[in-house]
Amino acid sequence: MSDDGLVLLQLHEPGETPVPHQDEAGLAVGIDLGTTNSVVAFSFDTEVEVLKDENGKALIPSVVHYKDDGSVVVGREAREAILENPDHVVSSIKRLMGRGLEDVKSLAGTLPYEVEVPPEGGMVRLRVAGRTLTPVAISAHILMAIKDRAEQAMLGKAVTRAVITVPAYFDDAARTATKDAARLADIEVLRLVNEPTAAALAYGLDNAVEGLYAVYDLGGGTFDISILKMEKGVFQVKATGGDAVLGGDDIDHAVAEYFLAQRQAGAAITAGEVKQALMTARVAKECLTGRQSGEWMIELDGIASRHSLTRDELEKLAAPFIERTIEICRGVVEDAGIDVSDIQGVVLVGGSTRMPLVRKRVAEFFGREPLSDINPDEVVAVGAALQAEALTRGSDTLLLDVTPLSLGIETMGGIVEKVIPRNTPIPVAMAQEFTTYQDGQSAMSIHVVQGEREMVDQCRSLARFVLRGIPPMAAGAARIRVTFQVDADGLLTVSAQEMTTGIEQHVAVKPSYGLSDDEMANMLRDSLVHAKEDMAQRLLTEAVVEARRSVLAVKSALGVDSDLLSDDERQAIDAAIAAVETACAGTDRDSVNAAVETLEESTKGFAEKRMDRGIRQALAGVSVERLDDALGGDA
Amino acid sequence: MPEGGAMTASIATAAASVVPCWSCKGPVAARALFCSVCGAVQGPGAIDHFSRLGLQPTFDVDLDLLEKQYFGFQRRLHPDRFAAKSPKERALSQSQATALNEAYETLKDPLKRAAYVLELKGHKVDLTACGTINDPELLMEQMEKREAIADASSVDTITKLSAEADSEVIACQCHISAALNAGEMGQAVHLTIRLKYLAKLAEEARTKKTRMTRAMR
Repeated sequence: MSDDGLVLLQLHEPGETPVPHQDEAGLAVGIDLGTTNSVVAFSFDTEVEVLKDENGKALIPSVVHYKDDGSVVVGREAREAILENPDHVVSSIKRLMGRGLEDVKSLAGTLPYEVEVPPEGGMVRLRVAGRTLTPVAISAHILMAIKDRAEQAMLGKAVTRAVITVPAYFDDAARTATKDAARLADIEVLRLVNEPTAAALAYGLDNAVEGLYAVYDLGGGTFDISILKMEKGVFQVKATGGDAVLGGDDIDHAVAEYFLAQRQAGAAITAGEVKQALMTARVAKECLTGRQSGEWMIELDGIASRHSLTRDELEKLAAPFIERTIEICRGVVEDAGIDVSDIQGVVLVGGSTRMPLVRKRVAEFFGREPLSDINPDEVVAVGAALQAEALTRGSDTLLLDVTPLSLGIETMGGIVEKVIPRNTPIPVAMAQEFTTYQDGQSAMSIHVVQGEREMVDQCRSLARFVLRGIPPMAAGAARIRVTFQVDADGLLTVSAQEMTTGIEQHVAVKPSYGLSDDEMANMLRDSLVHAKEDMAQRLLTEAVVEARRSVLAVKSALGVDSDLLSDDERQAIDAAIAAVETACAGTDRDSVNAAVETLEESTKGFAEKRMDRGIRQALAGVSVERLDDALGGDA
Repeated sequence: MPEGGAMTASIATAAASVVPCWSCKGPVAARALFCSVCGAVQGPGAIDHFSRLGLQPTFDVDLDLLEKQYFGFQRRLHPDRFAAKSPKERALSQSQATALNEAYETLKDPLKRAAYVLELKGHKVDLTACGTINDPELLMEQMEKREAIADASSVDTITKLSAEADSEVIACQCHISAALNAGEMGQAVHLTIRLKYLAKLAEEARTKKTRMTRAMR
């Protein structure tokens, strides 16, 4: 595009102007829902404010304390309760989002809480303070606390919508779980944005950088690396990779084990000791960022023990985890089809990137000093806030993200046939055809998986469904087209269609490890919030948005073609418009919808006359200027 | 041909070029992205990838221009522009962005682009079929080269083989361009199949080179 073209694109398209009355929908914030800490920020005119508590702290520890009196406390106060009341406090719940039986087995012993083994295919549950809770419900409690914090900081204005960030490497199950948690907390998710992409947005807008950049994001529980091309407000992810269960927590565990081995070799270790050792390990790790060595004490059950640790020793314990991140970086650089030397800058994100060894290894691998001039704990929330503003008030920046993991279906012999390869730009829709393998086969089971391995059992199972009603045919004669669709939030929908008959089935992929619809309904009813009224309110808002669109459309049409109408016809339409506007001012969704239907009925004749005129003009070669104007792009 | 016949055809064309806008129900050009009257985003419609991105239908695509056009259209049609809109507008924007991504991904990659140009001209090349090579000459050549890559035991050798494989890919792309421009469709189909195998070989050589270089460190 020429420079002129760019100017043209910056104008608001008629369809692009922000929705009027947007304040009715409440304020929109950006939320970084972290493993260890969460942060919330708000942007106005791209000026971002990280929202702080009354003590000026931005970080909200992602820790929940379930008290015996039934109350729930989140944040700093909850974290302080870990030592006195370890079995009433949950931390690092993000590691269990969208996780199932197998994951729990592999994480066994590394989690500081009691996990209930889920029934086949069900979601993990935690036993806390005599309650049984899902990770979704616990995350919802964190989100509700974040919402409260935001509303207090915004002087009591309602905060109802948010951009929530997720690790780029989160799979479909974990993304869906995050969205479900937001729903329980009564937050409308405007978009799930990948954490490294949000960081790039914050970084790129602030520094007006151009070229290829890597974002290295090592948090408490997750690791992501994304390579982006940034230019003139476009943030295009070239490749992404990571590990959804690798982070600072793992280093804490390694240090805690080291301490516990020193404390009482061989003796049984209690849950209280594990929690205390983990806290001490974290403190030691953080201290050794600025110091070379130190000594810490663990005191429990009347036994006090002293533990010294040097930075060298810490680095030896941390090295395997950091090397793994560097290996993943190598793979992603290859996936992006570039050379390390093509990368113009590396941005550090996440609290764990404060470790000197991380900085050193990242600098060695990328051959340049990494950048961290925006606080690595806050940069993701800042990007999320910018995007929340862009989505609600309009913007010229554009985030183009990709699928982190390949999506496929199981075929004969447990082999995965990939339908959408990783690093495909989203939104995307791709289809593949399969056939029956038995004569007269009337149903086909479709098993959707996510991952890079060739065998089904090495990939994550996302969903299973059955396409029924295939008419009897010889083996191999049926043509079953399976379409995968990934939306801009990275969420998958799968549909299957038998092509010779047109029998079709759509499934929004409810992950095997997710909440069933019944569970979700129950949780909403048990009401962490007044979900029922909120749901009705949301449906009303949606109906009103749709009704206003109809009215605007009819008014625009009247603006150009009202000469086609007799006075009577015009009056009928005006009356119908007035009726819709009256209904929109009320609170009854049914009357809004009824008024819109009447409006559509009353404009039918008008629409026909307009179409006739349009076709006649096109035929007469009077190339209606406005038709040409509307033609695509600047082609 | 009597005049009436031509008339009928032009009526059909005129009628097809104008469709009702889903929102204000008035006439809108079939290829329009937005209704000029009410401003509503329209569906992606069935047009070829080149037209969708406003490019000339040729194998010799200027990749910078391709990217510019892609970004330009995504700026207007991406779902992020419609997050606060009605569900129908959000769905249409998602379809538009999906169609743009498909066009971009197809035209960006020389192999997919070659197959697509041929498909537009009525010659189907199946790139997903991983069956046998029908061309004995191509088969022999591939077997020899694959063996050479497998046998390479020094970084120098594999680096040389990888560079050779890369330059063969580029040479083959030039030949495809020449064949298409000369209208030699049979030759272009043949070369496109060859490109598929050359690209695979170059990929193998690159993977082995990376692995061997890494092992050296």
